[in-house]
Amino acid sequence: MASLKELKGRINSVKSTQKITKAKQMVAAAKLRKAQAAAEAARPYAARLAEVMGSLASKITVSENSPKLLAGTGSDKIHLLVVANSDKGLAGAFNSNIVKAARVKAQELEAQGKTVLFYLIGRKGRAVIRREYPNQIAHMFDTTDVRDPGFNEAERIADELVAMYEAGKFDVAHLFYSKFRSALLQEPTDQQIIPVPAPKAAAITADAVTEYEPDEEEILAALLPRYLKTQLFGALLENAASEQGASMTAMDNATRNAGELIQKLTIQYNRSRQAAITTELVEIIAGAEAL
Amino acid sequence: MALHFELVTPAKLVRSEDVHMVVVPGTEGEFGVLAGHAPFMSTIADGALKVYKTENGAPEEIRITGGFAEVGDAGLTVLAEHVEG
Repeated sequence: MASLKELKGRINSVKSTQKITKAKQMVAAAKLRKAQAAAEAARPYAARLAEVMGSLASKITVSENSPKLLAGTGSDKIHLLVVANSDKGLAGAFNSNIVKAARVKAQELEAQGKTVLFYLIGRKGRAVIRREYPNQIAHMFDTTDVRDPGFNEAERIADELVAMYEAGKFDVAHLFYSKFRSALLQEPTDQQIIPVPAPKAAAITADAVTEYEPDEEEILAALLPRYLKTQLFGALLENAASEQGASMTAMDNATRNAGELIQKLTIQYNRSRQAAITTELVEIIAGAEAL
Repeated sequence: MALHFELVTPAKLVRSEDVHMVVVPGTEGEFGVLAGHAPFMSTIADGALKVYKTENGAPEEIRITGGFAEVGDAGLTVLAEHVEG
């Protein structure tokens, strides 16, 4: 049986833990609102671009002369898994879910005899993947020096990816991130980003003949890297919102658990205190009776 | 008749307003867009958009990089990666 002093110490330590988790929960709630607004604001651009890409893609046929980003390199030997994680923990299973999805995919691809490389964004997934695939990490993109990964980061990542692609370092790239459904639900998602999957041709009324300057193919070639950037940017935003959502839920649970623990410990503390008092009383009474 | 002009960046919708004319620095030369322009798509060189709110007013310049312009029934939409000011 723990002594009274020990119990008191434990109650106090759980109380301070609860304070931390509660604070983190409130911070996450505030940040979540901001992240959601940012994701909302990015939507018009992404929607427009996808629309334009769709109508362009429906006008040209994919051939060997098409841009490599659309047509592919002609083989699918080397797969690059782009794994987007966060830099901070305290978000429940958020990061491990993304890493798990990536590992499942990696095992699947390796079973098919493909080569798998990793491109890691954020700090949290590094340790796990480095332990399992020590020689297969192509690059680790650092986002610790920026507060919220934004379009500039997406741009830099996309540029690096395109450069690697053009240097023939990989044939297919998959992006792993967490899609934000609600504060309670985040879905780890696997999306192919290179070669760019032909966007679905939107039902655009073809009665108006659109003029292109320069021609369709050149516009498409110019837009492909931008489309990639937009997708990466969208993924980063979704990830940011998901992280805060996961963090909020995890911290809510932690706060509740700490509350339960405090209650249990307090009851135990009171019981032992009373037991001690009773023992003392019994001793006094027994002493008095003996006189 | 006014031209509906929208300027969108990945981060937000910068402008959405009715203007008289916009002069766009296309990669193959500048072009002005008035209301009722035929459907048209073009990439944009890095430079300044000139927005004429009224016919005789002074133009407002918006510097953009990484742009793309689309003219449709809904008006002119400029997608730009970065917008200054």
